[in-house]
Amino acid sequence: MSSDATTGAALARTLAAHPLMAGLPPAFLLEVEACAAPAEFPEGARLLREGAPAAVAHLLLSGRVALSVDAPGRAPLTFQTVGPGEVVGVSWLVPEACWAWDATALGPVASIALDAVRLRDACEADPALGYALMKRFVPVLLQRLHATRMQVLDVYGDPG
Amino acid sequence: MAIPAERRMVDATTPRPARVLSRRREAEDVWTLAVEAGPQDLDAAPGRFAMLTAFGVGEIPVSYSGDPAAEGRVIHTIRAVGAVSRALAGLEEGAMLGVRGPFGKGWPLAEVEGREVIAVAGGLGLAPVRPAIRRLVARGERPTLVYGARSPAQALFREDLADWRARGVEVEATVDHAGPDWRGHVGVVPPLIARRVRDPARTVAFVCGPEVMMRFAASALLEAGVAAEAIHISMERNMKCAVGLCGHCQFGGDLLCRDGPVAPLARVADRLHVAEL
Ligand SMILES: Cc1cc2nc3c(=O)[nH]c(=O)nc-3n(C[C@H](O)[C@H](O)[C@H](O)COP(=O)(O)OP(=O)(O)OC[C@H]3O[C@@H](n4cnc5c(N)ncnc54)[C@H](O)[C@@H]3O)c2cc1C
Ligand code: FES
Repeated sequence: MSSDATTGAALARTLAAHPLMAGLPPAFLLEVEACAAPAEFPEGARLLREGAPAAVAHLLLSGRVALSVDAPGRAPLTFQTVGPGEVVGVSWLVPEACWAWDATALGPVASIALDAVRLRDACEADPALGYALMKRFVPVLLQRLHATRMQVLDVYGDPG
Repeated sequence: MAIPAERRMVDATTPRPARVLSRRREAEDVWTLAVEAGPQDLDAAPGRFAMLTAFGVGEIPVSYSGDPAAEGRVIHTIRAVGAVSRALAGLEEGAMLGVRGPFGKGWPLAEVEGREVIAVAGGLGLAPVRPAIRRLVARGERPTLVYGARSPAQALFREDLADWRARGVEVEATVDHAGPDWRGHVGVVPPLIARRVRDPARTVAFVCGPEVMMRFAASALLEAGVAAEAIHISMERNMKCAVGLCGHCQFGGDLLCRDGPVAPLARVADRLHVAEL
């Protein structure tokens, strides 16, 4: 799937087929494509590293990625896994943001990497594009917020 | 010969003694007991429940996590959360307990033939779902299971999950958090549901778990196009008499010991969000 994304036309097709970009008008797709590049990672590779500037987001095409935090004296704790059709990295929406966790490939991973700085600039220059992307990324944030709430509530925990 | 009504009532309200045949640990605070079966237990269809007595401590409702008709013994999986469940979960092989039941309505297995079944279970909610999946698999069907647990160590019935996978059941297990050794999903159950509903008009869902999880799972199923009439949830509110007399289990217009615990979402949805119920 990823090798198919290496030519310009194939990248455009792959981008348009990603669920997060579904229904995005062709002109906007072109603007996003200008910030996009195919990427591949072997098992165990870090896609994002905690504390690093949020300079890239990954639209996953294949493989799965673990989002985890490191804590001193214990193994990294994974709080979410994401797979094909999903996105790794939503902090890019906020200028100057840094990643709050690590993202590690659980096997071979292929993605479309979005250059966050260029994408933010493009959104700044074209608010209609910005709003269209907002409508795609905010539901992801909401879904993660709901999920986090359920995890914090510890619904499977001791009922007492 | 028909049993007179008053005799049946006495039978249903009087615990009968039964012996623990074996006990095994499923997770840190969860134990499975195999209990000798009586003739009544042949009616213990998946999703129904028994009232179990720890003598001198008390009585609680517990689902059947096995299928007595197929296995010749009764299986209950109990999480030790309070006085009675702790006493029951601690019963060793040979110990006696009191049993009443089976009670209530279980999963509508007869009605789902030829439909696509997706079972959504959270935590101990897999216990009453397990015999339903076993029956579906035994009759050649291939249900889908989405199962959520707190952590890999808390995931129940791992042998069944492996066996079902080997028999072509799509099993998606997810945990709230995990260490680096876990290769499955991490995250909550609802986002995993949509992609597993392939033909919403033909899909029937069985949902059992903590109520918060069930509400979110039901929303995800509805969003995926499954009809509220085809979503069956197990409402495990507490029971006392279990025979429709005391009103302890009243949930709006239903007595869940008699009209549930399994009920179609269409019937209970409006009450799920009423804080007083
Ligand atoms: C139809 C039905 C089927 C059930 N099946 C099983 C089963 O297969 N295995 C199992 O371990 N448990 C099952 N339960 C739950 C079980 O009945 C309770 O855990 C038990 O009543 C607790 O009693 P206790 O004396 O041990 O603890 P208590 O001291 O009465 O309660 C301890 C804690 O558990 C909470 N609690 C009590 N009942 C419930 C409940 N129904 N749901 C969630 N939290 C509760 C209490 O609020 C309290 O915080 C089922 C309940 C119902 C209604
Ligand atoms: S438990 Fe008594 S009426 Fe249901």
